[in-house]
Amino acid sequence: MRKAVAMREIAAPEPGAIAGAGAKAGMSDLLHTLRPYLYITPALAFFGAFFFFPIAYVIYLSFFDWSLLNLEEIEWVGLANFGEVLRDSDFRQVLGNTIMYTFSTVLLGIGIAFFLALWLNRQAKIFGFIQAAVFSPHIISLVSVAMLWMWLMDPQYGLLNAILEFFGLPAYSWLADTNSALLSLILVSVWKVVGYNTIVFIAGLQSIPKDIYEAASLDRFPWWRTLTRITIPMLSPTIFFLLVINTISSFQVFDTIYIMTQGGPVNSTNMLVFYIYEQGIDFYNGGIASAASVILLGMIGVLTMLHFRLMEKRVHYR
Amino acid sequence: MRQAGTTAWKTIEGILLIAVALVFVFPFLWMFLTAFKTMPEVYQFPPTWLPESWQFQNFQTAWRSGPFLTYVWNSFLVAGGILVLQLLTGVPAAYAFARYRFRGKEALFALTLIALMIPAQVIFLPVYVELSHWGLVNTLWALILPYGASAFGIFLLRQSFMQVPDEVIEAARLDNASEWKIMWTIMVPMAKPVLVTFGLFSFIYHWNDYFWPLIMTNSQEVRTLPIGISMLKAVEGGKQWNVIMAGNMILVFPILLIFFFAQRHIIRAFVYQSK
Repeated sequence: MRKAVAMREIAAPEPGAIAGAGAKAGMSDLLHTLRPYLYITPALAFFGAFFFFPIAYVIYLSFFDWSLLNLEEIEWVGLANFGEVLRDSDFRQVLGNTIMYTFSTVLLGIGIAFFLALWLNRQAKIFGFIQAAVFSPHIISLVSVAMLWMWLMDPQYGLLNAILEFFGLPAYSWLADTNSALLSLILVSVWKVVGYNTIVFIAGLQSIPKDIYEAASLDRFPWWRTLTRITIPMLSPTIFFLLVINTISSFQVFDTIYIMTQGGPVNSTNMLVFYIYEQGIDFYNGGIASAASVILLGMIGVLTMLHFRLMEKRVHYR
Repeated sequence: MRQAGTTAWKTIEGILLIAVALVFVFPFLWMFLTAFKTMPEVYQFPPTWLPESWQFQNFQTAWRSGPFLTYVWNSFLVAGGILVLQLLTGVPAAYAFARYRFRGKEALFALTLIALMIPAQVIFLPVYVELSHWGLVNTLWALILPYGASAFGIFLLRQSFMQVPDEVIEAARLDNASEWKIMWTIMVPMAKPVLVTFGLFSFIYHWNDYFWPLIMTNSQEVRTLPIGISMLKAVEGGKQWNVIMAGNMILVFPILLIFFFAQRHIIRAFVYQSK
């Protein structure tokens, strides 16, 4: 699988680019100049209307007190919404939950996937099947995944407790206990994301030139040294890519919360997007919801910038 | 001695492989098995493996619990409509980014890349307000329009348009083919594998989407399948896991079927994502 395609291609000169050297003058010359703009306008119009404008708009809305009940009635409050959000102990818990959830999901999701990839990266057909099996949760709707796991985690009749019981362990109230509800959501999301990460790692592994490994084996590198001196450094762009993508997608967790726990018990599984949803749609606190959106936007913005920075760097030493 | 060692290791590895595959596939199998059980059997502890008698009417019960034909139709309209729109906006944009030199190109392409990174979950509120100003909340348009252009699609298509040899385009220009015609009749057919890849990605993604329809719709006529399925949870008070799992199968089955036949394409589609 190709890597760092994005930046490499940006740097390369365009093949067959059309310089404005068309012989025809006047109208057709103008058309020539305008044509590329005409071609990108529809796409940019959509990005503008449903991406860039909303970003600006939510920042604007975060300075007002407003609700979805009556959009005409909106009142300037300055930074008050941010103050209120940051003082809200529920929100602080939400932030804590989000960070805990993201940190665990990303770490476990990438860690497990790394070892699975080292193990499953082989040509034989059976490994293809196993790779597909591991990947399959990734393409299933989160609605189904959430309901399926609710059933597996059913405290009385669920399969997970049946398995625990089989091994003589006590039953567990997976989603009903404040101590374990967040961990249960982490378990589900790790299960869903591991396959994707594994396949991305395998793609990364396959792009490492074979001769490096041959040289290492000629030098009689022990396996752990090959791992830490060759494999991991060569995979660092992949690792970084996964870190960013996984972190961003963990920040957006919503479906599993909405279906499995509704943020409970006692706010223990409430996270950013669900909080924004509750404040904005259920409680009609548009201002608070917008302020929380801006905070989330800021977190993702920083990550995105970091990502592009490092991608650029990667181009230079390639 | 050594021979025996490798055989033993191979057996252990084989068992481990099966265990790993089961961890990821077994939940689906459990969904399937539950979908065919009777209620008493579902609530039997310890659980049974195979259904004692296969209950096909669970699917009927699930299907009749709401206007499922409408849900399925809406899901197709939304996922299909988004795909068509994304191609209509994406092909020209990708062609311009791949084949023309123009002022501001780098900056405009950078904007497209940024759009790849910020998820819908972060900006749903302003989009909701915007759509409600236009009177589009609770219509299928609210589900389709926000996804009318795909940065990922533009990115992928651009890659493959750049790989078409110059000679092909030069020859077409000598034959007086218009740029528009070159784009749709020469470039697009040559990018077929990428189009299939992107098409699968986009369709599956929007077929599965729950968040956006949940936020943007509130009546049954415009809801999609994932919403309909999630509402099974509340049917008749108690949790009828057999009916719920049967409903889930309706949602999951088409995707698993496509995955079975187009595994390679799908894996590539999802993994290419911003690579």
